[in-house]
Amino acid sequence: MASFKPTKVQFLPKLGEKVTEDTLYWKNYKSPVQIKEFGAVTKIDFSPLAPHNYAVTASTRIHVYGLHSQEPIRSFTRFRDTAYGGSFRGDGKLLVAGSEEGLIRLFDICGRVALRQFTGHSKAVHVTSFLSDGFRVVSGSDDLTCRVWDVPSAVELSSITEHTDYIRALAPSKLNPDLFVTGSYDHTVKVFDMRSGSSVMTMQHGHPVECVLLYPSEALLVSTGGRYVKIWDLLKGGQELVSLKNHHKTVTCACLSSVGNKLLTGSLDRHVKVYNSSYKVVHNFDCDASILSMAVAPDDEVVAVGMTNGVLSVRHRKHKKDKETLTSRRRRGPSYRVFVKGKNFVPRQDDFLVSKPVKQYLRKYDKQLKSFEVSKALDTALQMWTRTSKPEVTVAVIIELNRRGTLKNALAGRNEESLTKILNFLLKHIFDPRFSRPLLTVGDIVLDLYRQVLHQSPVVERQLQRLMEVLGREAELQQELLQVLGILDTLFASLTPRKEVLWEEHCPMSLNNHCVSVSSVSADVCRI
Amino acid sequence: MVEESDVRVVRFGGSKINLRPPIISTDSRFVLCTSGDSVKVYSTRTEEWLHSLQGHTNQVTGIALNPANHLQVYSCSADGTVKLWDFIDGILIKTFIIGYPLFAIYVSEKHEGIVFLHIAMDTDSKKEGFQLVAVHLPKSAEQEVEAKELSAVSSHISPNPSCTAFGREGQYIAFARNLQLNVYFFRKQKTYSFSLKATDKKGAKNAFTCIACHPTDDCIATGHEDGKIRLWRNFIHKKEYTYSTQHWHHNAVNTLCFTPEGTNLLSGGIESVLVQWQYGTGNRKEFLPRLGGSILHVSASSDGQLFCTSHSDNKITVIESSFKVCGVIQGLVKGDAVLTDLMIDPRSKALVLNGKPGHLQFYSLLRDKHLYNLDIVQQEYIYEAGLDQFEVVKAAFDIKGYWLATVEERGQKSADLEFFLKLWSYDERTQSFVLNTTITAAHTDRIISMCFSSSEETTMLVTIAEDGQFKAWCQGVDDQNFWSCDFVGSYHNLKPTNCSFSADSSLLAVSFQEVITIWSPDTWELLTTLCQPPGVIRDLCFGRLSCSKYLISTTTRNLLCCWNLLTCAFLMDSFSGLYTVFVFKPNEPRPLFTHKNVCSEKIHRAVFVPREEPLNNCDESSQWLNRSQLYFLTQNMDLLTFSTATEEDRMLSSSTRLVIDDSVAVTPFYLLLGKHRQQQQKLNTPSHQAADRPQQPQGSVTITELLHTPAHVLPPASVLCSMFVSSLLISNTGEEDSEGEMEACDSQQELRVQGSVDEVTPKLSKAQERELKRVRKTDFSWMAGLIASKP
Repeated sequence: MASFKPTKVQFLPKLGEKVTEDTLYWKNYKSPVQIKEFGAVTKIDFSPLAPHNYAVTASTRIHVYGLHSQEPIRSFTRFRDTAYGGSFRGDGKLLVAGSEEGLIRLFDICGRVALRQFTGHSKAVHVTSFLSDGFRVVSGSDDLTCRVWDVPSAVELSSITEHTDYIRALAPSKLNPDLFVTGSYDHTVKVFDMRSGSSVMTMQHGHPVECVLLYPSEALLVSTGGRYVKIWDLLKGGQELVSLKNHHKTVTCACLSSVGNKLLTGSLDRHVKVYNSSYKVVHNFDCDASILSMAVAPDDEVVAVGMTNGVLSVRHRKHKKDKETLTSRRRRGPSYRVFVKGKNFVPRQDDFLVSKPVKQYLRKYDKQLKSFEVSKALDTALQMWTRTSKPEVTVAVIIELNRRGTLKNALAGRNEESLTKILNFLLKHIFDPRFSRPLLTVGDIVLDLYRQVLHQSPVVERQLQRLMEVLGREAELQQELLQVLGILDTLFASLTPRKEVLWEEHCPMSLNNHCVSVSSVSADVCRI
Repeated sequence: MVEESDVRVVRFGGSKINLRPPIISTDSRFVLCTSGDSVKVYSTRTEEWLHSLQGHTNQVTGIALNPANHLQVYSCSADGTVKLWDFIDGILIKTFIIGYPLFAIYVSEKHEGIVFLHIAMDTDSKKEGFQLVAVHLPKSAEQEVEAKELSAVSSHISPNPSCTAFGREGQYIAFARNLQLNVYFFRKQKTYSFSLKATDKKGAKNAFTCIACHPTDDCIATGHEDGKIRLWRNFIHKKEYTYSTQHWHHNAVNTLCFTPEGTNLLSGGIESVLVQWQYGTGNRKEFLPRLGGSILHVSASSDGQLFCTSHSDNKITVIESSFKVCGVIQGLVKGDAVLTDLMIDPRSKALVLNGKPGHLQFYSLLRDKHLYNLDIVQQEYIYEAGLDQFEVVKAAFDIKGYWLATVEERGQKSADLEFFLKLWSYDERTQSFVLNTTITAAHTDRIISMCFSSSEETTMLVTIAEDGQFKAWCQGVDDQNFWSCDFVGSYHNLKPTNCSFSADSSLLAVSFQEVITIWSPDTWELLTTLCQPPGVIRDLCFGRLSCSKYLISTTTRNLLCCWNLLTCAFLMDSFSGLYTVFVFKPNEPRPLFTHKNVCSEKIHRAVFVPREEPLNNCDESSQWLNRSQLYFLTQNMDLLTFSTATEEDRMLSSSTRLVIDDSVAVTPFYLLLGKHRQQQQKLNTPSHQAADRPQQPQGSVTITELLHTPAHVLPPASVLCSMFVSSLLISNTGEEDSEGEMEACDSQQELRVQGSVDEVTPKLSKAQERELKRVRKTDFSWMAGLIASKP
């Protein structure tokens, strides 16, 4: 005697991206903390020292935040005009920042007043940075010059005027104290050597350069500008390695994660994209405003993003500890002892074994189907939770009822409330290629059954109106797709005149499948 | 051409066991049922087939226990005889010749020496007129007796044998026909009849379908077409009869049966639910659902401990009185139709075909036993008339038996066709097939045919469908475990008709109406097209082994066409004939073998099954049967096969030896020696059956002596040991001997290696044949001398 076979729910594989380790890694961040600054956040820089505080340059202030605090630990407010490019020295004790008026200020991290002021630039200084020896500061300015300053004496060591437009990007080398890279709005990226006092390498980015970034090995250079992100191989004399075009607005900032050196780019299109080592996008953060600056803390603990509307959004990494605290709050289940109770009993040789029949556990709708309560089974399958989160279960029950030939009975005799439920479900899923076939039959039967009484309920009538619209739109779409398919057919046919069979291999399967349901849908629309 | 006496058609098995109600023996140890022209005896405990009572020459139509002797059973057959058997030993005791085709048999304790039989009113049984006759069986010592004392009890009775039943202690007999219930009282010699209206106000159908009488009470239970059960009482008075109605079945009641004490009434119908009604308490009932096919018969053992139901899917279920299924005896399942072809599972060599609805059945041909059902559809089966069910319509195995592809279909009649393509992989651990991939919309229209590639490394499935396309499916394209589409092809939008892979899988042939296209599966290039003479191609097949260059096709115009693919040359032959089997060699236009009128019934399918061991038959006419056997399936689900004389001889000899082996008591020595002997036999069987004959007496004398002596009188083990060793030594030389013979046989087999089904067999000239026979008969005993002389 066979037991009751439960309804088979078909799970169709979802199309789209696969879940990889990278996506899991980058998904593992908490929801962002929003901190309001006074103006657009133009620069974020993490201190290389242990607490990893970070300096946020926005408007006329530079705030230094702790890794987990939402209030600034320290703030530098002695700017008369907008401050730019606040960045730490390699030991995290000094901070340098440029400003709109052309002054460069050097701060002690504990002090409030500027230790040094470098004067010389005639226009706004947007980027400043320490060279890796820590005794010199390099700055790039809108007056087309790039200057190197001596920290102890506060004098200008050299001034290079090679760019022909504003300098808006700067990256010092960490390995060689005499090397730094600048990017400018004249579409070029230049590598300067202080020993020669001039550029040693020039690369054409093709768009105004917004940001340059050196890989830790300093063999690769990243430049962003326009919608492009370009990777250059410095060891090959500045050859372009890859050009990425994943954003649809200007890419304003780029940084590297410290685990695995993954590249992150932020853009005015409000997205942060994470690339893997072969430069495929593996993850995407969405923000609410255009992104101007971005930084990642060591060990990827924090991703801080600054935006044009003055909001600093900080994402912290989730840790297992946090999870544990969450779960510990929950009620503990029964102990292991309870589970194994009586199950580890070993029978002796002369014991009689009385086997207990294994009970078959059935879902509620299966139980109702087993006792032929078809209307109730359909009601169960149309319950709120099932129909919203598991529509395939609802559809499976509908298919099973149809197979038994009792779908009409199950749909008959319903009141307005339950009929709206069914119609809502139809509206939501009827154009889903997985479900359209059984749901169209449901639609047919509903119309057949309730044709006489439809006009009595305005709610149901409105829903039917909407259903008609949805189906009409779908039919139009399918027609267009068929037209495209026809065009493709002729194209392929003209491409391969000899071998009349080969083209079908290239023909995308999805299109083929799509056009299958066209005829049925359109036929149904006509009927309705 | 060949004379037909050499190769003849034999019934192989797989016949219906559900034609008539099964009988449980009085001690509840055996179940007897009719099966084709024999009666089969099964054990109720182990469900094993013990033996069959063979002797009738036509369909056995009824069995009944002899009321005088509970170890004997009467059987009646359409050949006009009633036979009395001892069913435990399987011995025929007596044959009574009646002379008319018989259709059912009834016996009663009160009427000793009399059997009641259904015979046709007229001599041609096609007319629906049957009569019930009482036959007095003469007492005589002879084996064959002619019984001539026939007396008609009633004429115009229902052809359905379950519409007749004996009443309390055989006082009356009740039989129903259409809307009339008749009760014949033996004492009064009168018939009372009670009739119902054809339909009542509610439109119920009142026709009688079955009848049962209470064993101790004057009560008759009748089943009706609308599912009602009526209990008739007080029918001794013609006018004052009463009946009560009970209704549970939603369709016709097929069978009714009272338990021997009369406390319960069992009923069954198409719903496949056994219902037990408590007698006298109104509506209290118990159910046993999902037993299998619809219930045709129910019978109870005389002690009331066991019930037996027989089902439409050729199954007998043994049920305990506590309503628990304790055994299932399954014959070859008769599905609604054999939609899949007959196939052979390459792994178990079992015959595979449609079984229960939505299942594939695996049937062992060697043991004539149903192995298991594989659930393909995996859905609850609803027993309802007119419901469109999923059916397995296509199935295919790959060459190693690791993959199984099935197509199930629903909605053949209506417009919206649903079908699934499923791929199953063999699981070593569970020893059955496990679902791997379900493809919901493999094609846009019905799949016509499919085949696996036959290469060892990569498995590929090709399906062709009515949408004009053929698709190739592969497993593990992106390191995935499941199957996906690899290629879609078509040819001028023609509808494909069949497909086939060549033996080495280097070519794929797909036929499109009248055109055969040859493709290379590696590059999916269209290599060539072969255009056929008029007629749509139905089947395609590549040759094997030495004939792999041939492509054979059949067309709708009774043509068999053969292409030589190396030269693209064309050979053709046309033939026709009803119920005729032709066997061809691919390179010869004349048939090798012809057999007309294979059997009286319509043949549905046929399949070649490779033999376990090839036959040594050099006869030219039956050489094609050496390496495989041809099986047919008839409409009644009987399996037929061709058999040759040598094969029958061998079967006979093997069966007699088996009996000897059984008589040896199972002692530790026997087990020890049995193992040894089996090994020996294994070594010997490939060479020749006769080879181990001479050594048998030598070994078996000591062995039987050993085995039959009780342990306490046996000599000490040290003495025995030497005896053992010596016996082993002798058998070793015997083996040596047989090896010599094997060489001789090997040369024969080498010649025969190519002698497969569809391939060229080098013809042996008469002289060569004689030479070979001579070699086989040569005595190799001088070899033993040689070996013995070796230091």
